Amino acid sequence: MPAPMDPLVKLDSRITVGSTEDHASHAPLIEVKDLSLWYGTANALDHITVLIRERVVTAFIGPSGCGKSTFLRCLNRMNDLIDHVRIAGSVHIASQDIYSHEVDVIELRKRIGMVFQKSNPFPKSIYDNIAYGLRIQGVRDRAALDEAVEKSLRDAALWEEVKDRLHSSAMGLSGGQQQRLCIARAIAIRPEIILMDEPASALDPLATARIEDLILELKKEFTIVIVTHNMQQAARISDFTAFFYLGKLVEYDTTARMFTNPARKQTEDYITGRFG
Amino acid sequence: MSKVAIRPESFDTQLRKRRRWQRMLLRDENLAWDIRRVGVDLPSSVFTGLTGGATLMIVGILAFILANILWNGWSGLSWRFVVAGTTEDMFDVNKAGVFPMIFGTAARVILMTLFVIPVGVITAVYLTEYASPTSPVTRIIRGAVNNLAGVPSIVFGLFGLGFFISFVGGHLDRLFLPGTAEPVWGKPALVWASMTLAVMTLPVVIVATEESLRAILPGLREASLALGATKLQTVVKVVLPQALPGILTGGILAVSRAAGEVAPILFTGAAYYMAHLPQSLTDQFMDLGYHVYVLSTQSPNIELTRPILYATVVVLLGLTFALNVAAIVIRSRVRQRLRAMH
Repeated sequence: MPAPMDPLVKLDSRITVGSTEDHASHAPLIEVKDLSLWYGTANALDHITVLIRERVVTAFIGPSGCGKSTFLRCLNRMNDLIDHVRIAGSVHIASQDIYSHEVDVIELRKRIGMVFQKSNPFPKSIYDNIAYGLRIQGVRDRAALDEAVEKSLRDAALWEEVKDRLHSSAMGLSGGQQQRLCIARAIAIRPEIILMDEPASALDPLATARIEDLILELKKEFTIVIVTHNMQQAARISDFTAFFYLGKLVEYDTTARMFTNPARKQTEDYITGRFG
Repeated sequence: MSKVAIRPESFDTQLRKRRRWQRMLLRDENLAWDIRRVGVDLPSSVFTGLTGGATLMIVGILAFILANILWNGWSGLSWRFVVAGTTEDMFDVNKAGVFPMIFGTAARVILMTLFVIPVGVITAVYLTEYASPTSPVTRIIRGAVNNLAGVPSIVFGLFGLGFFISFVGGHLDRLFLPGTAEPVWGKPALVWASMTLAVMTLPVVIVATEESLRAILPGLREASLALGATKLQTVVKVVLPQALPGILTGGILAVSRAAGEVAPILFTGAAYYMAHLPQSLTDQFMDLGYHVYVLSTQSPNIELTRPILYATVVVLLGLTFALNVAAIVIRSRVRQRLRAMH
C-alpha cells in the first residue's frame, strides 16, 4: 500500500507553480524564487515563490496594501526608482536573472510593457504617444512609425475611434480611451510581457468591459500579468490567479479551481467576500 | 466663462433684511434654525481695510515714483536722445544720447540669459531628477543656492573681478596669447559682466525650474521609463518640455533682477565713457544704470544735466519693461503650444 501523499507538499506545489495539467502547452516564462522586499524596514513582500506561464493571463488579487502592485513592479524593476528599497530572492525571466549586475534595465523594460492604474498619456498627440517608445529606440523612418502606430491602435481596439485625429492631443480622449491608448503605447514596442496594474479600476463598467475584451485578445500574443482587486474581473479574464495577503502569496492555481475549489480557507473567505 | 462678482451687502441692506426677518420671526416657531447673520463682523472689516490700505500704499508709492521721474525727465526725452550716440559732451542736454547705454544694457542682459538658463536648468534637473533628496550633498547644494540668493550684489562684482577677470581671463591670456602686453581677456568686458550677473541670478532660475519640475505628474516619468527610455531621454523628451513655462518664468525673474543692477558690473565691464559701441565680447560697454550714477555724481553743471538724468532713468525703466514683455510673450507662446496638447 503506497504511503499517503503528504497534503502539505501537494499544497506547496499548487501554490508555487499553479496547476500543470491544464496548461501544459504554455511554458514557464517568469520564475520568482523567495522574493522578499522591504521599504526601509517595512516588509512588503515575504518570500514569494511563483512561476508564471507564457501567453496566458495571470491575475494577482488581494486586498489593498497586500503587496500585489509591489510584486508587479519587481518584474520590470520599477522599484529601482524608489529610494530605500531592498530586495532579496531572485526573479528569472526566460532563465535570465533580471536582478543580475549584467542585466541592462533599459533593455529589460523594452521587453516588458507596463500599463498603470491611472492612465498616463504624455501631453503630446495620439500619434506621438504611440511612436514615443519606437522613437527613443532610434526609429526615424516615417513609414515604419505610421505602420506601428496603426497596428498598435488596431490591436488596442482604438483605431476606429481616433484614426481621424491622430495628431490632436491625447489628453482630449475619454478615460477609457486614454487607458487603451496607454495599452497601445505599451504594445507598440512589441514587448513579450505586459504588466497591468489595476488597469480598469478608474473606469466605468463599459470601458472596463472593453479593456477586458482587449486583454483576452492580447493574450494570444503576449504574456499578461495583471493586478486587480476586482475578483469578478480576475475570474472573467485570467487563466491563473494568485491570492496575496499581507505580503504573502496565499494561494496560486488555475482560475477555475481558485474560484470553485480553493485549497485554503483564507482564499475562500476572500473570494466569497467575507473579508477584504 | 465670465466671473460673477459677489458684492458684499452694504450695512443698510443688512439692517433692512434683519428687520424683515425679525418681523417674520414673530410668526416663526422654529428658532433652532436661526442662522441669520447678526451685526457686522468687525475684525473682518478691519483686516479688509488694513490689507487694502497696504496694497493701496504700494500702488501709491509706485505711482509717485513714476510720476516724479516722468515729470522731471519729460523735457530731456526725445527721439534724438534715444538713438544718438555719446558725443564729446555727455552731460549736455542738447547733445547727449543714450543709445550706447541701451545697447550695452540689453547686450549684457541677453548674454546673461544665455549663460544662466542652461546652468540653472541643468542644476535644477540634477537636484530634482538625479540627486537623492535626502543625501547630505543635495542638502549642501540646496543650502548653497539659497545662500547665493542672499549675497549682496557688490560682493558678486568683487567675485567677478577676482574669479572671471583675474583668474579665468588672466589664465586665458597666459595660455593663448603669451607675449601680448595688453590683456585681451584679463580685463573688464561684456562677457565677464554677463557671467557675473548670471552667477547672481542663478538661484532664481534654479528655484523656478525646480518648482516646475516638481509639479510634473510622476506618472509621466514612470510611463516613459517603463517604455525603456533612459533617464536622460525621459528628462529631455517628457520632463523638460512640460517644465518650459516654469523655466521661462525663472528667466523673466532673472532679467528683471539683472537689468537694473549696477554693482555687479561696476568692476567687471561697465565703462564710464566709450567712443564706440562694443565690437566683441571682450570689449567694455556703457550701461544705463551706471550712466545714471555717472550723470548724478560727475556732471560739471547739474542744472543742464538734470533733465537727461531723469530721461535716462525713464529709458532704463522702459528697457527693463520691454525686456520683460519680450520674455513674457515668449512664455505665453510656449504655454499656448503646450496647452494645445493638454
